[in-house]
Amino acid sequence: MIPTLLKPHPEVWVYLAASPLSWLTLTLAAYLVADRVSIACKRHPAANLVALAAIFIILALKASGTSYETYFAGAQFIHFLLGPATVALAVPLYRNLERVRATALPIAAALGVGSLVAIVSAVAIARLLGAPHEIVASLAPKSVTSPIAMGLAEKLGGAPFLTAALVIATGVFGGVILTPLMRALRITDPAAVGMAAGLASHGIGAARAFQIDSTAGAFAGIAMGLNGAFTSVILPLIRPLLGM
Amino acid sequence: MIAAFAGILACQLAGEFVVHAFALPLPGPVLGMFLLFAFLVLRGGGGAVPHKLGDAADGLLGHLSLLFVPASVGLMRYLDALAANALTVILAVALSTALAQAATALTFRLLARSEPMSKP
Repeated sequence: MIPTLLKPHPEVWVYLAASPLSWLTLTLAAYLVADRVSIACKRHPAANLVALAAIFIILALKASGTSYETYFAGAQFIHFLLGPATVALAVPLYRNLERVRATALPIAAALGVGSLVAIVSAVAIARLLGAPHEIVASLAPKSVTSPIAMGLAEKLGGAPFLTAALVIATGVFGGVILTPLMRALRITDPAAVGMAAGLASHGIGAARAFQIDSTAGAFAGIAMGLNGAFTSVILPLIRPLLGM
Repeated sequence: MIAAFAGILACQLAGEFVVHAFALPLPGPVLGMFLLFAFLVLRGGGGAVPHKLGDAADGLLGHLSLLFVPASVGLMRYLDALAANALTVILAVALSTALAQAATALTFRLLARSEPMSKP
């Protein structure tokens, strides 16, 4: 009698696996563990929070044979907050209004140069390595936030969902190299660091910039927004030059 | 707090509306960011944001990394496609991201220096 009482009904796992609660809890728990690991690594840039948490979750999903669709049905409640968080970037931007106003020219120039380098270098390197057209087209808009990048890649003949994956890889990699690269270039101005993070590696880069400094985060926010707009205008225009 | 969050959502909603109504090549939340920014500039607070709006924004942005986790887990669906072109993709993403960050930061620094920050 007692053993049967202690043994959970097998259907409980079926029920919990289908419930958003399990996947929401897993996401928060993985993030907390990732945060602990990051602290234990003394916030080393290679211990990127987004990458660590995603790896833990992917391993858990593979081990339990859970599909991404099932996982996302729960995790979408966290994903939804990305929209309001993007809007909220206006707040640090406004707090840095004086700084933004005084650096309008450097912002505009860095936007133009950085955006073109991001597009042209990705296309050139992929071509040089003999990548198929679908991959080259999916890589071209990799530095901008995924909703924009997916639409742009599709127009160029890329695969939208492959682009989404490349955009994420770009963001994670951009977050990892940000501080070592800026240190190597001897760039200490948080505004310059933030511009680089947001322009080249969109929101995931901006998330990294916020960990460094709120001014860096503010500039990352504006760089991300401006590069999204600028790339969607410039990419169709330079398309013939890229041979696409 | 609720009012601040409602205001943020209203900006996002307005952004989504304009983007879809005029078929703009921008995500709604990015336009929503510019709308909230325009509102703050027009309100005129000299860089100061209403307390509750500031708290709501700081709350959302304080753990921005967490919000990217669900989408990043989506990489698992493309591991095969990425593995088939692994070397190309890794080199293109890594080098191009580093070059773009360096070009952006160096351009910014070059011009920010020639245009000094100090106020008159």
